[in-house]
Amino acid sequence: MIEFNEEQLQRYSRHILLADVGVEGQEKLCRAKVLIVGAGGLGAPVALYLAAAGVGTIGIADADSVEISNLQRQISHFHHNIGDAKVDSAREKILAINPEIKVNTYYEYLRADNIREIIRDYDFVVEGTDNFPTKFLVNDACIMEGIPFSHGGILRFDGQAMTVVPGKSACYRCVFREPPPPDAVPSCSQAGVLGAIAGMLGTIQAAEALKFITGAGELLTDTLLSFDARNMDFRKTRLHCQENCPICGKNPGIHELIDYEHGGCGIKSSKSVAA
Amino acid sequence: MTTAIKTRIDASRDCRGIGCPMNLVYTKVELSRLAPGQVLEVILDHGAPINNVPRSVIREAHEIIGQNRLDDGAWQLLIRKV
Repeated sequence: MIEFNEEQLQRYSRHILLADVGVEGQEKLCRAKVLIVGAGGLGAPVALYLAAAGVGTIGIADADSVEISNLQRQISHFHHNIGDAKVDSAREKILAINPEIKVNTYYEYLRADNIREIIRDYDFVVEGTDNFPTKFLVNDACIMEGIPFSHGGILRFDGQAMTVVPGKSACYRCVFREPPPPDAVPSCSQAGVLGAIAGMLGTIQAAEALKFITGAGELLTDTLLSFDARNMDFRKTRLHCQENCPICGKNPGIHELIDYEHGGCGIKSSKSVAA
Repeated sequence: MTTAIKTRIDASRDCRGIGCPMNLVYTKVELSRLAPGQVLEVILDHGAPINNVPRSVIREAHEIIGQNRLDDGAWQLLIRKV
């Protein structure tokens, strides 16, 4: 049992007051380890809210540096961070909100040969990447390691999220079998994105992480939540585990992780820097 | 004015001078340390504290087994943990 000090009781009072979180839920949050994959539009608000919530250990994986075009939506990065590694910029804001958080940074692309070792240390993964190869890689690695995760994606005015609990709920591949061909689906850097929807979707993912850790409420498992912010239409699509899913089905065909080919735009796959 | 109830009290917290919502936070912290069935005594100021805290405690399914005005105008609240 954690003995919260006076400052912690005040800091986390609004969680402790919640019947579904309480002292016990806050203790779970303070002991939890969450990995954020991608410190961009989605990862930025996730990092800030997890830090504010007191999630004890926050990992951030991203191989990019802050560019001025990021600042329209990636709210953990400030003007003075242009040129900094995104993981360092995010860590700076996490610690500015809550100096008690332990932050692990991974200034590298997650690949088939490093992802399992990295995610193994965490209780929950938040996937907020801008590319399909990494989305499938995170799904497959989390299924193999048995680690629950939140999938999130945004484009233009649209967002979608689902939560996967391996062995219990439909996975990303149950719904989207294979990555689309490179460049078949435009990225944010090609099609644009309304800045605020990064916050809308990212905070949904942060809430899912907090709910998973505390056990509060019902997760977005077996459910694809999607919204169109043009009209603020929200929709939930019911999903089911697919017996023939190549990663979580009865006879999975995937036994090793795959590094799919990245599209030409938005991803600088040659830039892989060690932590 | 009644005097404090004579019952077995397993823990006590004086929240005189402590406003909402921190008085409820301290109450929940004390309750989290108790086993089901044990009794917590909380001393609360008259006004908003004694109006609000019992309601919140009941909403979390705990039982209020006593609420007594003390000589100084504060309230003794006795809560049995669910």
